[in-house]
Amino acid sequence: MDVLATYQRVKGQFGDKVLEINEKAHDPFAVVEPSAIVEICRFLRDDPETAMNCLSSEIGVDYKDRIEVVYELYSYPKRFGVTLKVKLPRDNPVVATMETVWSSANWMEREIFDLIGVTFEGHSDLRRILMPEDWPGHPQRKDFVEPMEYHGISTVRESPIIRLEAKK
Amino acid sequence: MSLRTEEMTLNMGPQHPSTHGVLRFVIKADGEVMREAIPDVGYLHRSIEKIAEKVGYHGFMPYTDRVDYVCAMFTNQGWGMASERLGGIEVPKRGEYCRVISAEFNRIASHLLSVGTMGMDIGAMTPFTHAIREREMINDLIEELCGARLTFNYMRIGGVAWDLPPGWREKALAYLDHFDPILEEYNSLISYNKIYIERLANVGVISTAEAIDYNLVGPNLRGSGFKWDIRKDIPYSVYPEFDFDIPIGKGEFGTLGDAMDRYMVRIREMHESSKILRQALSQIPDGPVLAKVPRNFKPKAGECQIRVESARGDMGWYAVSDGSAYPWRVHVRTGSFAAMGIINKLSRGLMIADLVTLIASLDVIAPEIDR
Repeated sequence: MDVLATYQRVKGQFGDKVLEINEKAHDPFAVVEPSAIVEICRFLRDDPETAMNCLSSEIGVDYKDRIEVVYELYSYPKRFGVTLKVKLPRDNPVVATMETVWSSANWMEREIFDLIGVTFEGHSDLRRILMPEDWPGHPQRKDFVEPMEYHGISTVRESPIIRLEAKK
Repeated sequence: MSLRTEEMTLNMGPQHPSTHGVLRFVIKADGEVMREAIPDVGYLHRSIEKIAEKVGYHGFMPYTDRVDYVCAMFTNQGWGMASERLGGIEVPKRGEYCRVISAEFNRIASHLLSVGTMGMDIGAMTPFTHAIREREMINDLIEELCGARLTFNYMRIGGVAWDLPPGWREKALAYLDHFDPILEEYNSLISYNKIYIERLANVGVISTAEAIDYNLVGPNLRGSGFKWDIRKDIPYSVYPEFDFDIPIGKGEFGTLGDAMDRYMVRIREMHESSKILRQALSQIPDGPVLAKVPRNFKPKAGECQIRVESARGDMGWYAVSDGSAYPWRVHVRTGSFAAMGIINKLSRGLMIADLVTLIASLDVIAPEIDR
């Protein structure tokens, strides 16, 4: 079984829960219904034909009109990987956690929650991971504006060259 | 008589010398035995992925060095390959060879630092000086190649920045002749030392299934006895042209997948890198090292995934282009990030002193976790 056959198999199993299959991309991907993503992933993991035993990446991308979460699955026994995507509304992105299928999702979902602002329902430890707990907003969003100061510490500084010239 | 015990919360880091950069752990311990070690990362977050969206494809290359400054050649190569795949650029053969040569030297340097600090972390200072002495010579070689010792910025989109300098090949081969016996010496001095084995064997045991479930990669995955190397299994660059083995953990000193297995995998990988280097240095073809890439590089809209076997394992680059001169989104999935995710689970029931062994054996590097 190869990548495209896997997408067809998923489509055969889940029907219209698979919204789109893009075969022309550098790495072909399938867009699926957010409500079905955990079910589909569990199917791909448990099906002996695909045996996707590893979630190698989970990535959040902000496209200004929507937020996408990209799941890169990999099957070590079958030696190939597939890419699944969900499209979420930008104002309230919520999707079920993948932690129940693969443990590696725990930290990757914390990163997406922190930097993109996607809420993962059912996640065991949904805290910020890279930014401070009280940081405003989600830095990887396209409309994020860096605050001028954080707890009285300025995040900008005057150019040292300007300072040198002022001394003259 | 029975003594009452109570849980104690300890802080370790972020400036603790054995945390390999700025890592912090909140340790919940009962005496010397940990109930849990909660990693707290993010002290080194510089939002490198966001910077990529502001500086463009060529401009991002020096920043990739900072993703993992211990093996910067691989981050260079990952970004180069991602951009080349988006833009449909072919790297000249000699350029690929230069990439492999510099990257494999970098792998040896990175593993030397890893095994050296391993000794230091568990209280042996001498192995560190031995390992660093050899690493210094590699740094000298690479400095001659690209002018930098740590953050190389050697590769470009479409190849490498400079060809090998005159006489460099001979120097590199002379170094390898010197290095192979040194590794034996290092083994007999440190690796097979009884105290060393006692400290490492049976500590932080990771089963193969667990390693895959937590997405461990590289030496950490191979230490658990699973034979998987991107260079062999999803080949890229010119790696298919070389003959080399993939060392895996066998549990020869304790349990399969313990700290000693991961350590020995790194030691043996240096041998294999040396083998690749000898072949690459003797087979390197003539020709250009850099493909013609427009200065205003605008790949077609699309997205791609790249996997590179860095010193810390499978490094995944995900790049989205919107057709402009700036990438829309760049994401790096690193081995250290995945390895940190498993520490909480492994730490339960471990001695506090063994936490240090565990961190060192997973070879986590703080900038790679935080990016």
